[in-house]
Amino acid sequence: MMLGAIETGRILMAAALMAGAGVVLGAVIGAIARIFRVEGDSRVDLVTELLPGANCGGCGKAGCRDFAKSVVSGENPPGKCPVSTREQVGAIALALGVEVGEVAHKKAVVRCSGTLFTSDRVAYYNGIHKCSSAMLVGGGPKVCRYGCLGMGDCARKCPFGAIEIINNLAVVHEELCVGCGSCAAVCPRGVIAIVPAAAHVHVFCNSPEKGAQKRKVCRSACLGCGKCVRKDPEKFELEAGLARVKYSAPELPTAETVEAVGCPTGALAMTERHRQKASEETNAK
Amino acid sequence: MTFEGGIHPADSGKVLTDNRPTLTPPVLERYQVLLCENVGKPPKPVVNVGDQVGKYQLIAAADGFVSANLHSPTSGKVVKIGDVPGPMGIPAPAIEIEADGEDASAETFPGLAGWRDADPKELVKRLADCGLVGMGGASFPTHVKLSPPPDKKVDTLILNGAECEPFLTADHRLMLERPRDVITGAEIMARILGVDDVNIGIEINKRDAIESLETLAEGTKVKIIPLMVRYPQGSEKHLIQAIAGREVPSGGLPADAGCVVQNVATAAACTDAVLRGLPLVERIVTVTGEIVCRPGNWKLKIGTPLLEALRLAGGVTEEPGKIIFGGPMMGFAQRSLEVPISKNTSGILLLTREEALRHRSTSCIRCGRCVQGCPMHLASCLLATAIENGRWDLALQNHVMDCIECGSCAYVCPAHRPLVQLMRSAKMELRKKR
Repeated sequence: MMLGAIETGRILMAAALMAGAGVVLGAVIGAIARIFRVEGDSRVDLVTELLPGANCGGCGKAGCRDFAKSVVSGENPPGKCPVSTREQVGAIALALGVEVGEVAHKKAVVRCSGTLFTSDRVAYYNGIHKCSSAMLVGGGPKVCRYGCLGMGDCARKCPFGAIEIINNLAVVHEELCVGCGSCAAVCPRGVIAIVPAAAHVHVFCNSPEKGAQKRKVCRSACLGCGKCVRKDPEKFELEAGLARVKYSAPELPTAETVEAVGCPTGALAMTERHRQKASEETNAK
Repeated sequence: MTFEGGIHPADSGKVLTDNRPTLTPPVLERYQVLLCENVGKPPKPVVNVGDQVGKYQLIAAADGFVSANLHSPTSGKVVKIGDVPGPMGIPAPAIEIEADGEDASAETFPGLAGWRDADPKELVKRLADCGLVGMGGASFPTHVKLSPPPDKKVDTLILNGAECEPFLTADHRLMLERPRDVITGAEIMARILGVDDVNIGIEINKRDAIESLETLAEGTKVKIIPLMVRYPQGSEKHLIQAIAGREVPSGGLPADAGCVVQNVATAAACTDAVLRGLPLVERIVTVTGEIVCRPGNWKLKIGTPLLEALRLAGGVTEEPGKIIFGGPMMGFAQRSLEVPISKNTSGILLLTREEALRHRSTSCIRCGRCVQGCPMHLASCLLATAIENGRWDLALQNHVMDCIECGSCAYVCPAHRPLVQLMRSAKMELRKKR
């Protein structure tokens, strides 16, 4: 009985000591924190708050806070953020009293339309389901050495969920893509290009090989026939068996242009059509 | 004698071919000799399309020090210099020769009968002239390997006759059929390096080869070292550990441990080059697999297409699931039947669909069998997790660069994790960053 009371006393004593130490040390830490406080720039916090917070790196900075710092210091205009809408950028500019700056919206385009059904594979690959890993095994299972491998390294990387893999082909959802370029950076084949967001017509092929050779292994490749270039040399150019849209031209091709050209393989198409074609499970062009 | 770690892969494959004497096939119509078969810079072609060439004639000359000469495997006409399907899955430049069927030899080098008194420099030059490369797999130019930097003191030469890969018997047959050339080759290399400690390491499952070499080695400084049967016994670093009892430092070369390791086939080619003046244009290739009609060993000219080699073996009994250049553990799966044989192709292995099947990989169960099996003492399971999560820094800290990609970890993994592929992707990524 006696022993029990002594034990209880000791326990209470220990608890009281710990609590006391906690209070004293807490007060010391609090005091130090107040004395050595670092004055932060409240404008950086404000701009960070106004930014989307995706940390995509599309502006060239390490993340949104880093970009906010550069905006406050005047290094970058707010308009350099590829994700924010015009209104959001306007709000930042208004808060800081600076110019909005150039807002050149970009987006990603997968320059390949070779799905599981339209392009040939030379081998059965059963390794790690990553494009970068497949590249190590004889350059990947696709016969075409320039096309999309469709194992989704880009889709996994995209912070906005804008890339979908349909039938072994990466397809960009334009409405979600902000053109930050993180997908293009991870693509081991460099299939993804970052183009002006206003462009809706692209050549969905990336192979510089000869047309006949491409035709053998892919039903949707650009044959380099030059039909589009002949029709509209202002908007298209031909380099090494591959047609390209001139993105820097004053006028970009439209739906009417696509119709007027009538690309024999459908490699020249609207982004919409590219997505549709990816889900067509037939072997035809 | 052996090393720590390693595994015992099922060794039933060797019996398919180890008692089949090497056969020499008739001359084919066409050979595609790959230019970039050696490590280092590919040689530059010295012939043009339309030129007549003789057997052993130089067709591409070494471009720089780490590069090897290339010679014509037969007499005929150069018909094309261009890309053919390469053994790594990507098109590779090659010289295509249309054989005239004569197989007439061009002028070769004079034999150096007095090589025992010859200047080592002259011998190295001869090996370089004859285009010798390591025939074990890496095809590193032999003359470079035999010229270690002066600050590294080499006192031991080790010849690799382990042939630890299942299924392959090319080196085994070579040691049985040309034992004297192997011993002489060892002595020539020892003369070049100026070493007295010369060893030939052979796994004890090749009892007959050990016996025949031992008889011939009597009275020379060459020692035959029987090794335990364990994979990867034929790895350079593990041979050194087993025979010299030294460890090659992390990131170092065998010369850092005072050793030079050469394949037995390279030694035999060395004898050909020095004694007979013959450049390296053919090698023994094992064509094997359960589904091959007549598995065996053939002395194939470099540039022989894969399909022709399969024809020699009588074709297959069912459609193969995978065709591999090299052994099942470290070989490379091929994607075209037109890929030509090169100086380092030790075997062509055909696996059935079932053998080639890859089991669905599941999560790591932390059993540690990969750690036990790793001959480099790496923690493969931890590395794999780090790599899967893109932690290249952790992978580097845990010495992923020391991985020799032998495949022991993946072989024993009960969860069927693609460990080697993960290591390879990390190594590639880290090399890019460097």
